[in-house]
Amino acid sequence: MAKHSQIIDSAISQEYKYGFVTDIDQETIPPGLNEDVISIISSKKNEPEWMLKWRLKAYRQWLKMEEPNWAKLNYPNIDYQAISYYAAPKPKEKLKSLDEVDPELLETYNKLGIPLEEQKLLANVAVDAVFDSVSVTTTFKEELKKHGVIFCPFSEAVQNHPDLIKKYLGSVVPTTDNYFAALNSAVFSDGSFVYIPSGVRCPMELSTYFRINAANTGQFERTLIIAEAGSYVSYLEGCTAPMRDENQLHAAVVELVAHKDSQIKYSTVQNWYPGNPKTGKGGIYNFVTKRGTCLEENAKISWTQVETGSAITWKYPSCILKGDHSVGEFYSVALSNNFQQADTGTKMIHLGKNTRSTIISKGISAGKGQNTYRGGVKIMKGAENARNYSQCDSILIGDQCSAHTFPYIDVRNSSAQMEHEASTSRIGEDQLFYCNQRGIPMEDAVSMIVNGFCKDVFKELPMEFAVEAQKLMEVSLEGAVG
Amino acid sequence: MLKIKNLYAGIDGKEILKGINLTIQPGELHAIMGRNGSGKSTLANVITGRDNYEVMKGSILFNSIDLLGMSPEDRALSGIFMSFQYPVVIPGVNNTYFLRAALNAKLKHQGMKEINAADFLRLIREKLKLVKMDEKYLNRGVNDGLSGGEKKHNEILQMLTLEPALSILDETDSGLDIDALKIIANGINNFRNNDRSFLAITHYPRLLEYMKPDFIHVLIDGEFVKSGDASLAFELEEKGYSWLEA
Repeated sequence: MAKHSQIIDSAISQEYKYGFVTDIDQETIPPGLNEDVISIISSKKNEPEWMLKWRLKAYRQWLKMEEPNWAKLNYPNIDYQAISYYAAPKPKEKLKSLDEVDPELLETYNKLGIPLEEQKLLANVAVDAVFDSVSVTTTFKEELKKHGVIFCPFSEAVQNHPDLIKKYLGSVVPTTDNYFAALNSAVFSDGSFVYIPSGVRCPMELSTYFRINAANTGQFERTLIIAEAGSYVSYLEGCTAPMRDENQLHAAVVELVAHKDSQIKYSTVQNWYPGNPKTGKGGIYNFVTKRGTCLEENAKISWTQVETGSAITWKYPSCILKGDHSVGEFYSVALSNNFQQADTGTKMIHLGKNTRSTIISKGISAGKGQNTYRGGVKIMKGAENARNYSQCDSILIGDQCSAHTFPYIDVRNSSAQMEHEASTSRIGEDQLFYCNQRGIPMEDAVSMIVNGFCKDVFKELPMEFAVEAQKLMEVSLEGAVG
Repeated sequence: MLKIKNLYAGIDGKEILKGINLTIQPGELHAIMGRNGSGKSTLANVITGRDNYEVMKGSILFNSIDLLGMSPEDRALSGIFMSFQYPVVIPGVNNTYFLRAALNAKLKHQGMKEINAADFLRLIREKLKLVKMDEKYLNRGVNDGLSGGEKKHNEILQMLTLEPALSILDETDSGLDIDALKIIANGINNFRNNDRSFLAITHYPRLLEYMKPDFIHVLIDGEFVKSGDASLAFELEEKGYSWLEA
């Protein structure tokens, strides 16, 4: 046992390598939330009147709502008046090209391994970088334009594509959906907007990189992706934040709309600062609402997430399967090490006939981490021949962590076929010994076993993300077991 | 090669091995026979350094180095291999990947260059033939979905690939039909040479018909009660163990 605790100690001393702070001129508005603040945000974004009204309506609804407490998460009350709701790098004039971006900022993204420049040409990934509250730059705009693809900061879409925004904003996640979605609707600052026209297969992966830099600032981004009939898009998001002693709030909303025969693949590698590994102090509170609608027949939405960061994760990417023959998928790896707590899962709501959904969830708990899978599968009355397959596996590393599984199943049509498999196991002493007996050292053995455990999910990630996810898993787990 | 002196060991405070003495020279094959619970597997686990097993007294030297202070992976890297009685399943970890990682750990330990994927594939295809295994196993998870017999083949495949100096075969014959037993015994026999040593643990004398041991030791209640040459196996087959019990 002595050996175990030694190695756990060495894991605990593992540093979060994205914890630096960028020294950059910031424009922030003072902490606090009221209608004036919302008006300031809206006017900073030069928003039309309807947008402000929409925000204010959401704010008024939020005031009447209560913070949910059903999740298996422990954290002190969040003081919503102590948070600043807007921070932007200066100058905030519109940037025409990368040359105008503050070199400090570009350096930040380089440090994060997100080169916004030439390298991306080779990788063929279009990137939108969101720094605190504003989108810094979007690459490959011209190339995408040729195919009629719109990929731009959300605030720009409000200006340039108001009809699309009016039509779809809040259509999947209404402002009243939940406490955090309402808050986001009131104060969201930026995010990404994607529109894929009919019949277009987006020629490259689209990617948004979120970075929280400023202290005492919340990040509230909003992403909206619309795939018209017969189109296809694969979208990736990544996130990091500096190490700070205070907790920071991140409350995002993502809405996906998939029309007939279209497919949206949405992948996340979430690596927000998880808090001090020894004391649990600081870290990001990640309260995110992600939902997609398969609006018409044969549409398909796949969520793939690798959640390794954040002190608190509250996140349930969901699919509403409205169109007949539509398909929803959820592939998740959630890791909670040290003091991290994750309550995550999905909801699959079957409305259309012959709709199918697949849920593969892999939870990994280490240190004092607490990992909860919470998933709901609902088969509504009209959903003839709906099918769901769910598999939830948890693995425990060490003797101070925990794993919980809460599957909710609600079937209102007797033709439904449901399968649910679940398992919880400790990382096998016998597996570790087997690897060791073959000369494979302990740390390599742990990461090999855990990566094997996550394989069904990793294989769903785009190639370059899959490699990143595996490495991230190794770093996050380094020495977590003896 | 291996020198065990007055070894007392057990698990959870319970003494299972009571004063084992055993010397294995290079090139020798020793067989340990005994009933269930006599301590055979405990001895294998103590030599390989499995967690939870404690050594109360005595010493184990491997090529004059004290094994007891070493981690399981260091013991493996210094040339000790165990074919598991119950090979462990590691889902999602590709067999080829696993075995190459093991081989590379060994090469690295010896200060040699790691083997690349292409060369490894060539190597492993040769080894597969020796134990008559199908290539399809290479892309499965480690021992995942393999039958009991296939798992034992896989263990021997690993032994042939890693080329250990001392191979401990823990009930490698159990769960094998006669044809599989012949294939495995043949694989092991071809692997034998003047430098490699073996410690075969078995209930049944059957394996020993195909794989001639130099010495046989009968383990009863944690002690060697009789040692002899290969002929002892036949005597045991005829008379069982009871005539040796006190």
